[in-house]
Amino acid sequence: MLNKVGREIPEEILKQTGKEVFQGNYYKDNTEFKKQGPITKVVMNHDTSKMVSSIHEALVKCGAHDGMTLGFHHHFRDGDLVVNMVMQEVHNMGIKDVTICASSLGKAHDALVPMIEDGTITNIQSSGVRGKIGEAISQGKLKGLAIMRSHGGRIRAIQTGETVIDISFIGAPTCDDYGNCKGVGGKSDCGVLSYSFVDGNHANKVVAVTDCLVPFPNYPADINMTKVDYVCVVDQIGVPEKIATGAAKPTTDVRKLMMADYCTQVVVNTPYFKDGFAYQTGVGGASIASAASLGKIMKERGIKMGFAVGGMSKGMCDLLDEGLVGKLLDTQDFDTSAVESVKRPNHHRISAGAYANPFNKGAFVNKLDYVVLAALEVDVDFNCNVVVGSDGVITGAQGGHPDAAQGAKCTIVISPLVQGRIPAICSKVTTVTTPGESVDIVVTDYGVAVNPARQDLLDALKEAKCVPLRTIEELRDIAYSITGEPEPVQFGDRVVGIIEGRDGTVMDVVRQVKPFTFAED
Amino acid sequence: MKITKNAVAGTLESSDAMVTVEPNAEGAGIEFNLDSVVINQFGNSIRRTVMDTLKRLDVQDVKISIVDKGALDCTLKARVEGALFRGAEQTENLPWGGAIR
Repeated sequence: MLNKVGREIPEEILKQTGKEVFQGNYYKDNTEFKKQGPITKVVMNHDTSKMVSSIHEALVKCGAHDGMTLGFHHHFRDGDLVVNMVMQEVHNMGIKDVTICASSLGKAHDALVPMIEDGTITNIQSSGVRGKIGEAISQGKLKGLAIMRSHGGRIRAIQTGETVIDISFIGAPTCDDYGNCKGVGGKSDCGVLSYSFVDGNHANKVVAVTDCLVPFPNYPADINMTKVDYVCVVDQIGVPEKIATGAAKPTTDVRKLMMADYCTQVVVNTPYFKDGFAYQTGVGGASIASAASLGKIMKERGIKMGFAVGGMSKGMCDLLDEGLVGKLLDTQDFDTSAVESVKRPNHHRISAGAYANPFNKGAFVNKLDYVVLAALEVDVDFNCNVVVGSDGVITGAQGGHPDAAQGAKCTIVISPLVQGRIPAICSKVTTVTTPGESVDIVVTDYGVAVNPARQDLLDALKEAKCVPLRTIEELRDIAYSITGEPEPVQFGDRVVGIIEGRDGTVMDVVRQVKPFTFAED
Repeated sequence: MKITKNAVAGTLESSDAMVTVEPNAEGAGIEFNLDSVVINQFGNSIRRTVMDTLKRLDVQDVKISIVDKGALDCTLKARVEGALFRGAEQTENLPWGGAIR
């Protein structure tokens, strides 16, 4: 069945998942549902200890079994040790057919591939996957389906009961013996624990895993003791230098600086740029450079940002220090400056649900004026792909891309026109992650294209004469004139994953890759 | 043009290609080998470019291997030409604007 972004979704996938096809951004707006609550084992006796001596004991006490679903967060990013530690024990216990429901999986988790191959792990639900797991899924090694869902979408799936987490393991930089968890104060600090709030609220069993046990009460807590069944102390939960890297050096790449300049010009010359505006940006070189140059113009014009939301890095924290931002609403920390900044007033830790859940009574993304995002590919319908590489292999993550893009009044996607020989602006993206109706402006090093649905923004930029304007088709034609027109990737028939829309509908499917064969001639 | 010795042109840098040519027995034709980071999108196009270049330089028999790191067509042609002329041991009186264009 053809969905709203023109993708053919096979009937058997709809039948297998019970899902509908994507039918537009506001299809589920104003609908109602009842939240799924967790099974709660009450603790009334003051003699009860929550401490367990090992991950093994935690698994046994939580009733680990074949076919269970495990929850994990990705705040430790490439430095995460918790997922592998838990899964190694699950593997040792001979448990099979496990579903992993993680906020994201990355290069730190290559060790899971043999467990995918031997049937320990048969389903993966994640924002995306990088590294070897992505390759394994694309090669068809996962028995079930990989579901790639946005950060907001994960909250929705858990709250509606579509996904029921049996046991969630929350890596906590500090924790007390009763389960109060914090993202700071330990030896593997990640700043915030935003993606785990929903696990605390909805997983049937919650295990806090820490390498820094602190005296009770570890307050104020990110994850409250009232939600935690067991506490397990281990040697190390993360590799600090891979959790939060040093601040990225300001880019000197002239191409990125030019795109940053275009992006800043787009922001300051569109109508939402006024005192109190709301902004989200990423951590790419151009995004960071743009935040810095935006700060300069804000100072000149006496304009302050009301709030910034999402993942934080040094650039945004500097703006807070300079008094240019009212509040930082933080869901993830990318560098050590951001982890430190968490302790400041007006730098708030928020849940991923408050950030981006489409199925609550209103999330922060809905209040965004601007979001600046990156993309692997953008097509002439403004659809973006951030998950599947142009070679067809799963290689990235949705993150909050579709959430922020839909929420913001002005969504700006930055991408160099050509990356190596890959044209970033193309006729048809390999896989749709974020629908074109969410994307307003595309900034490239060869000019800026405005979605024809946003004549108001086009008029504003035309009048300001601040950036070279082109149509999206012109940008694609320039790209193809440099690289040649790419051929579509040769996929097999089997669907190995689905790209889920924010509201749980099917945005696209990912098929198994096939070794390349030359055409006959 | 006859390839008389092994020769290489290019690098393994991003957006470049490393082209290796080896002599092939007379009448053995063209043996083509490609390893490319963009093979899925440009494999056929790369082969076409290489074959056209061989034809333009009138190379009948050669083993040609390419490790491509996303080179544009112009780069690819230049690297193939470089490797072929080195393999034919011709380093002077190159046909600029003629067979090389």
